[in-house]
Amino acid sequence: MNAKTVRTPLLSVRDLRKSFGDREILKGISFDLMAGETMVLIGPSGSGKTTVLRCLNHLEEPSGGAVMLDGETVGGSFIGTGGAFVPAGARELAEQRRKFGFVFQRFNLFPHLTAVQNVAIGPRKVLGLSRAEAEARAERELNRVSLADHMHKRPSQLSGGQQQRVAIARALAMEPSLILFDEPTSALDPELVQEVLDVMRELALEGMTMIVVTHEMTFARQVADRLIFMADGYIVEEGAPEDIFTAPRQEKTQNFLKHVLHR
Amino acid sequence: MNFDWAIIQMAAPLLLQGTMMTLKIGAVAAVLGLAGGIVLGLLSLGGWPLVRFLVRAYVDFIRGTPLLIQIFIVFFGLPVMGLRLGEFWAGVIALSLNCAGYVAEVVRGTVGSVEKGQTEAAMSIGMTRGKILMYILLPQSFRPMVPALTNDLITLLKNTSLLSVISVYELTRSGQAIIASHFVPLEIFTLLAIYYYVIISSLSYASRVLERRLPQW
Repeated sequence: MNAKTVRTPLLSVRDLRKSFGDREILKGISFDLMAGETMVLIGPSGSGKTTVLRCLNHLEEPSGGAVMLDGETVGGSFIGTGGAFVPAGARELAEQRRKFGFVFQRFNLFPHLTAVQNVAIGPRKVLGLSRAEAEARAERELNRVSLADHMHKRPSQLSGGQQQRVAIARALAMEPSLILFDEPTSALDPELVQEVLDVMRELALEGMTMIVVTHEMTFARQVADRLIFMADGYIVEEGAPEDIFTAPRQEKTQNFLKHVLHR
Repeated sequence: MNFDWAIIQMAAPLLLQGTMMTLKIGAVAAVLGLAGGIVLGLLSLGGWPLVRFLVRAYVDFIRGTPLLIQIFIVFFGLPVMGLRLGEFWAGVIALSLNCAGYVAEVVRGTVGSVEKGQTEAAMSIGMTRGKILMYILLPQSFRPMVPALTNDLITLLKNTSLLSVISVYELTRSGQAIIASHFVPLEIFTLLAIYYYVIISSLSYASRVLERRLPQW
């Protein structure tokens, strides 16, 4: 890795805004993310954490602000310096979107496909790999999330934890620049949470760039390189997890942590 | 009341010829109607707003006007356009156009009711609209489409009887011919009802078998 890639952020978010009708959900979010970093977003429900993730890869169209991935504006480009903003076409946007892996709260696996087909369909149909290449890659990624034995099962035959790991493998198979996790363990039975967190911890250690929205505070504290606390559509506080957990500066952060840590 | 059983014996085999014609019209119109309807349904889910509007307008017209009128329009309209195809094809085309309108609605409705998370997951791995439709939404729609499409095909089969008004020699028309020469309307119409019932029951049965055979997740 050369000095330049270390210093330039992989992802830059500037003044990201989103409104649904009159309701302003995001009121100007800005942050940078370095390659290899794991950032965890915490905050009360309704604070806009999930909306941040969904705006990054344009599952929701942001109402304002900019998302830059690797120096490229996501969802459109500016012509010249200070020139007009030109929205991206559907094809271009799809191309950019696949650089963000996305792991959904409710897995959203394709029920008509087996685990290996779920993972292989992206490489096959989007990246244009041959069937054999795509399946080899899918097997490799399923191995990585310890599901080699369940390759040919359909989602309905898998537990929630296994389904979520297939979903992670599906994201990995597209070789994304970073992966966005939207409350990946919130829909799981308590005893299945750990297997998913373990996979995510492993990915973080391997240097995958990740943004994780979660209510798992132990995970946040142990795995995050950086923690962001959000409330009411703003970033309230940002810093090293240890600092925020032991000495939160803002009153909102203090109240939130008091609630979630002393349940 | 005396029911003329001798006439029934005489008419039953005669009506078979009309039955064959009804089945033939039904089969050709079903194939054309399904194919056209699926194409229209996909277009109404596609990315071109003008095309979506045109499909909508077409479906509206089909649903908002009586089939009998549509049949006459096609029957008298084709020759004006220089197409002298005869009453058989005029009838088949009218029924196909009608069926396609209803099938388009079924396709649009069923594909549109696949859970939103499926589309989002497909988008997140970089699929474009066409690929999402082809590889994710359509395969999940086949089974739920079967009952509604069966209804449309049943309606189509019953509607073939309307072609008697443009002299297509299908089941109803062949019955009317017997009535005209023997004046036994009750016997013949009862017989016709039984013929239609048997045809449509077989279709319903086949559809239930097909639905069971299609995979479910």
